[in-house]
Amino acid sequence: MTATPTSAAAQAIEDVADDGTVQIAQQRHSDAKKAERKLGLMLVAPAVVIMLAVAAYPILYAFWLSLNKADLRRPDDNEFIFLDNYITVLSSPIWWTAFGVTMLITIVGATFELILGMGLAIVMHRTLVGRGLVRTSALVPYAIVTVVAAFSWRFAWTQGLGWLAPETSAPLTEFWPSIWIIILAEVWKTVPFMALLLMAGLALVPEDLLKAASMDGASAWKRFWLVTVPLIKPAILVALLFRTLDAFRVFDNIFILTSGSNQTSSVSMVAYSNLIRGLNLGIGSAMSVLIFLTTGLIAFAFIKLFGAAAPGADAGGKR
Amino acid sequence: MAEIVLDHVVKRYPDGALAVDDFNLEIADGEFIILVGPSGCGKSTTLNMVAGLEDITAGKLIIDGQVVNDKAPKDRDIAMVFQSYALYPHMTVGDNMGFPLRLAGVDKETIRKKVGEAAELLELSQHLDRKPANLSGGQRQRVAMGRAIVRNPKAFLMDEPLSNLDAKLRVQMRTQISRIQKNLGTTTLYVTHDQTEAMTLGDRVVVMRAGIVQQVGTPAHLYAHPANLFVAGFIGSPSMNFFPGQLRGGGTVVTALGEARLPDRVRQSLDGAGSTGEVIIGIRPEHFEDASLVGDKPGATFDAPIDIVEAMGSDVYAYFTMKGDVAHSQDLDDLAKDTGNELHSGGVDVTARLDAAAQVQRGRTARLWYDTSKVQVFDAASGKNLVAAVR
Repeated sequence: MTATPTSAAAQAIEDVADDGTVQIAQQRHSDAKKAERKLGLMLVAPAVVIMLAVAAYPILYAFWLSLNKADLRRPDDNEFIFLDNYITVLSSPIWWTAFGVTMLITIVGATFELILGMGLAIVMHRTLVGRGLVRTSALVPYAIVTVVAAFSWRFAWTQGLGWLAPETSAPLTEFWPSIWIIILAEVWKTVPFMALLLMAGLALVPEDLLKAASMDGASAWKRFWLVTVPLIKPAILVALLFRTLDAFRVFDNIFILTSGSNQTSSVSMVAYSNLIRGLNLGIGSAMSVLIFLTTGLIAFAFIKLFGAAAPGADAGGKR
Repeated sequence: MAEIVLDHVVKRYPDGALAVDDFNLEIADGEFIILVGPSGCGKSTTLNMVAGLEDITAGKLIIDGQVVNDKAPKDRDIAMVFQSYALYPHMTVGDNMGFPLRLAGVDKETIRKKVGEAAELLELSQHLDRKPANLSGGQRQRVAMGRAIVRNPKAFLMDEPLSNLDAKLRVQMRTQISRIQKNLGTTTLYVTHDQTEAMTLGDRVVVMRAGIVQQVGTPAHLYAHPANLFVAGFIGSPSMNFFPGQLRGGGTVVTALGEARLPDRVRQSLDGAGSTGEVIIGIRPEHFEDASLVGDKPGATFDAPIDIVEAMGSDVYAYFTMKGDVAHSQDLDDLAKDTGNELHSGGVDVTARLDAAAQVQRGRTARLWYDTSKVQVFDAASGKNLVAAVR
């Protein structure tokens, strides 16, 4: 150290001054942060209140009902029975049949929707002439009210009345034909939705990448499989997630087409029958909570298994 | 490695727009060719036609002796480096570079070896497991180069590969690209709008404008003997100074710089071209000099009211405006539009590059000399270089 005492002292004073200003700056910074956070909370407060009223309250009330023996036919017998309703539901073959049917419709439906939706999305993405017309006409099924569409499918498949119905049998009175018709109605209705989401993903694939891949020697199929699909994985995931969750809660198509006859009820149908028709609020609520939990599990599994992170980010969702 | 021939190639879009007109070029094996021109001149379209990304409307494209007009890009065995690099974001650097080999069905061990070699060459060895998103611009550019190198293609096509880099990195990568190309000896077609890249990289340079080839030649030839006003104004930085002038009998020319007698060599070629009357004179900045430093070398002198002086150490740049008409031609107007330099100060703006010892000061008048043997004489109407015509 060759510094003279005076310069060292000056240095020390400077250091102190530095520390002081830094502290003040930090203090101001954190004050500003606090004020900003407070303002933010105040701004979202009205929305939070509304959400609590319309979402949190019904959910919590349904959960409470599911723990009670709440049967409107015998209102006086209402008592807290903890998980008894759940035991009743989970040991009932009606529930499990409906669960199986719902899963089948969900998985088969979503698979077809993904494949057909992807095809439609590519067509809409690549169309050069009449793009607007192609896109609009492709979206027509999605624009039709589900109940209306379901009625037209029902008429189409009614024996002696519909253009699709065979002469010798009534498909909507048998289990497997009914299931396939339900899936058909679901797929027809939601392919455009799927295509729309996937098309948004396709639009984000840079044209240069596909050109580069073709220069690198990739055929059209390999370009799609090795470049496009990995890049639009987030869009595929979102589309599949939305569709799976929706399909698992399928109601209107089944309600119109078969009314749940021949064991074609979905879980939502069964819950509706118990809650609204049977007036058994406890059992119905327990089923609703189970449906809620299942959709939650499906969403969780999607995010965990496939990862929701954008491609290229090293902090992927796969960990 | 192969030679590439473009034989009367034309690109016309369905809406009738002519992007490339009658493009003729023979690229020798291992040659480094630069396509240069302002934006929209058809240079990228030409490159894309060679790549197979755009259809060829008319003419023949021959690679290695085969007409490949109708071959898909993947069957042409040429690699391309894009301006955006076009790296696959979901693959690691190593996978990106090995992708062409993987598609070609090469076994994993060979891919690993070849990618390793290329990575060594490009100093990317420690980045092979990273994703492109985590690389700097320069590294991404090198990965794109690596992807082109690994498969040892017949030719490299590069579409403005350095445009997305900052100035310093661009200069570094420029020399690196040049070195790699020389080492590998692969035929290369390189598109740029930057005349500096064109001058420094190419064995030969093709200057294009509005879909038409203006001139093909070595950088030095283009610089010394531009075929027309457009090439003259495009090549060189700072660019050539243009003065409208009048050619009189006896080899004298009158411009804003006064009357000057052209040397015999220039005069002879002018007489050969049979031209008198309106011309545009072009003088490169470095062909001016402080008159007191010249001695009695042949040339002409004039008084210049110096506006600005920039001392660069090795040289001095002097800027001044000479009263008189500004040179007007379609060529020069196009150039001005491209560079955004459409301002005129009511005279001819001149840039002169003088020796460091030049005695010029801002606001003072200086006596300058210019080398009449180096002046270019262009026909005012057609823009053609009248001096180069005889050569």
